[in-house]
Order: sequence, then structure tokens, then C-alpha cells
Amino acid sequence: MNIETELADLVGEIPDGMSEGVALGTGIADGYDLYDSPVGEVVIIFNPEGVSSVDLADGGFKARFAQRFGRQLLRAEAPSAWRKHIEPAIDAGTPGRLPVDLRAVTEFQAGILKVAASIPKGQVRSYSWLAHQANRPKAVRAVGSTMAANPVPLIIPCHRVVRSDGHIGAYSLGGAQNKWDLLEHEGADPHRLEDLAGNRIRVQGNSSSGIFCYPTCRAIRRSKPTNVVSFRSVETAEQEGYRACELCLPCC
Amino acid sequence: MDELTRALSTDLEAAFPDLVTAMGARLFWGLRGMCRDHQEAEDLTQETFIRAYKALDGYDRERVRELQLSPWIWTIALNLGRNHIRNRARRPSFVALRDEAVDDPELPDSAAWDRRFAVLNGHQKTAVVLRHVVGLGIAEISQAAGRPEGTVKADIHRGLERLRRTMEQET
Repeated sequence: MNIETELADLVGEIPDGMSEGVALGTGIADGYDLYDSPVGEVVIIFNPEGVSSVDLADGGFKARFAQRFGRQLLRAEAPSAWRKHIEPAIDAGTPGRLPVDLRAVTEFQAGILKVAASIPKGQVRSYSWLAHQANRPKAVRAVGSTMAANPVPLIIPCHRVVRSDGHIGAYSLGGAQNKWDLLEHEGADPHRLEDLAGNRIRVQGNSSSGIFCYPTCRAIRRSKPTNVVSFRSVETAEQEGYRACELCLPCC
Repeated sequence: MDELTRALSTDLEAAFPDLVTAMGARLFWGLRGMCRDHQEAEDLTQETFIRAYKALDGYDRERVRELQLSPWIWTIALNLGRNHIRNRARRPSFVALRDEAVDDPELPDSAAWDRRFAVLNGHQKTAVVLRHVVGLGIAEISQAAGRPEGTVKADIHRGLERLRRTMEQET
């Protein structure tokens, strides 16, 4: 056999997984992998921009992803550069060093979601608080629909955002029970939150320090129970001479 | 290829997988011949396609339609190959998970050819592989490698001579 023919025979099959790797690397398809979470197994969906979606690992996530994002979905390992940040982000309930792809939402919504990501674990804030922090105090409804549209629940902790009347409210990732379970898991005591909301208590002050907080703020939860005073509004607390806490920034 | 460039110019996302199907095997095995390492060749192939996609995404339709796809892809691949060591550490690579592990499908003669190619210098190896493994024409190789056609011809000629002598010594 001549050498040219032998050289021409050095072409075999395309390596297994190449087409998928290219589809993932270009962003034509997103990849997904399974992770444990306090609400059971979830799928973490990602592309070169970061984590694009978090959903329950049930039979319907592929259809839901196709419907919303219109891209293919392939089982894959997350990029090695940030794979190690996924579990910490789920544990902490905030992205930390994990890149998140928020191209599926508007710029306004992305801004709201970034504020939501700053709510500490085990604490809750209301839709109106988020609207205030985003400098759009009247956009309370838009904040509500932003939470419903959060593509990356658990990692951007919309479960820590409750109704403006203090009730725990709805949750996009599998329903309200999951929100309740997540808050309980984080030590936010959903029973207590519902009791406070039922009694229309919005903020609580420490009579010794003269500072008032949201009821889940670290500062007020560390106060001596006999020093805790409850208020139905920020205005009432201020009228009583209390100052707003600089950790939880109670504003409404 | 005309049909492919037309498809790429109208719907890049839909047509790109066809480009991978059309060129993936020869791109991979060409790179495999040059770099002697299966995993490195896979990484380079994947990264070449990803770079190609990003580039096409930025081109206007006219430019895409007029592309000579094979030499263009190989220009990207050869550039990447030169910079590969530097790029390797910071590049996120995507690995699709399979149901079961698959061994790298090496060809029966791969090891023998790795030894033979080792006697060639870099330019000769590139020229011989692109001409006789991948099947590019002289003008295409000249374009991809950025070397004059006469030089490419000489590289191929001398490369094949050295390969023949090496193979004669084997027997």
C-alpha cells in the first residue's frame, strides 16, 4: 500500500460526545446536572455564561426549560472552573462565586434579583422592602412577578422574600410548602413569621438599644426577650423614638 | 460546502451542528496526527469549533457566505494549537456525561504513526497531515498555515520522503 493511501486511512469516527461538547461550549445547548437540596433533588442548568436555571429534578424539567428558554438540554458536568461553587451556593442560598446567567430576565428584574441575593440566610424581607432597595418603591407588584420569574431559585433566594403583609406567600419552585420548608431548614421559623403576620407585627425594637429591626434580623433575635417590643409599622417605631437597624434596613 | 455556508449565514444556531458533523472527524483526526495525544486533540477540536461559532456569530451574512470553511477552520485550529499550553489552564471545557464510560477510539495504526510523525519537523507534519490525512488542497493549506504554496509543496514532498525512509527502516 502506498504511503498516501495509508495516511488517508488515518481518519476514524468523530469522538463520542464531541457534538454535545461543542453544543454546550457554544451555548447552543445548556447542560444540566443533578444536585441535592433541602427540597429534594434539583437540576442545575448552565451554559458558558453561568447557571441559567434551577428546577426540581422531576419528569417535567426538560419540557419546562424548552418552553421557557427554547434551547436544548444535555446531561453534562458543569465547567470545571466553577463546578466547585455550585454546592456552596445551594447551601448558602446565594450565588457567592458562582456565575449566574440572568439573560432570561429584564435588566430591571436582574437588578431586583441581585438585591434579593443579598438577603442573609435565615432571614426574610418583603416585596416592598426589595422595591425600596432597588430605588423603585412603587414597583411592589413588579417585584412580586420578578420573584415568580426568578430562573435560579435556591441560588437567588426568592424563598426569603415574603408578602408585604408579612405572610410567607407563594413560591415558584414546587409551591408554597417548599418555601416553608426552606425557611424552616434555614432557621427562619415560618410558624413564628405567620404568627407575627397574623398579629400584623412588622418590626420589633430593642428597648435597651433603641434600635428596631425586621423580626428575622440577627440583631433583634439576639436581644433579651424581655427587651423586645413589637410594632405594627416602621412609622410607629420611629414615633416611639426607635432608630432603624443598619443591618436589616427596615423601611416599610 | 456552499449549502452549508448559506445555512450558516441564515441560521447559525440551527446550522452549526451540521458543520460539526461535516468537519468534526477530519478536524479531530488531523489534530490527533499532529499532537499525538487523544485528549489534547479532543480539547483542541472542541475549542476550535467554539471559537469558530463565536467568530461566525460576529460576521455579517455576506462574509459567512463567502468563507472557505475548511481552510478557515484549520486557520483557527492551527492558531489554537500554537497557543494551547498557554490557554489550557483558564479555559472552561464542557464535558457531556455519558451513561457508560467509553474508551478513546484510537485507530490500530495510531501508535506506529505517532512514532513516524515524530521524525518530521512541525511544518512538515502540519503540511503532510493537512494534505494527506485531512485532504486539503495546496492553496488551502497555504491559507491555513500562512505559508507560501511553494513552501507547502516542499514541506509535503520532504515530509513524505522522510516518512518513506522511516517506514523502510521499520521492515
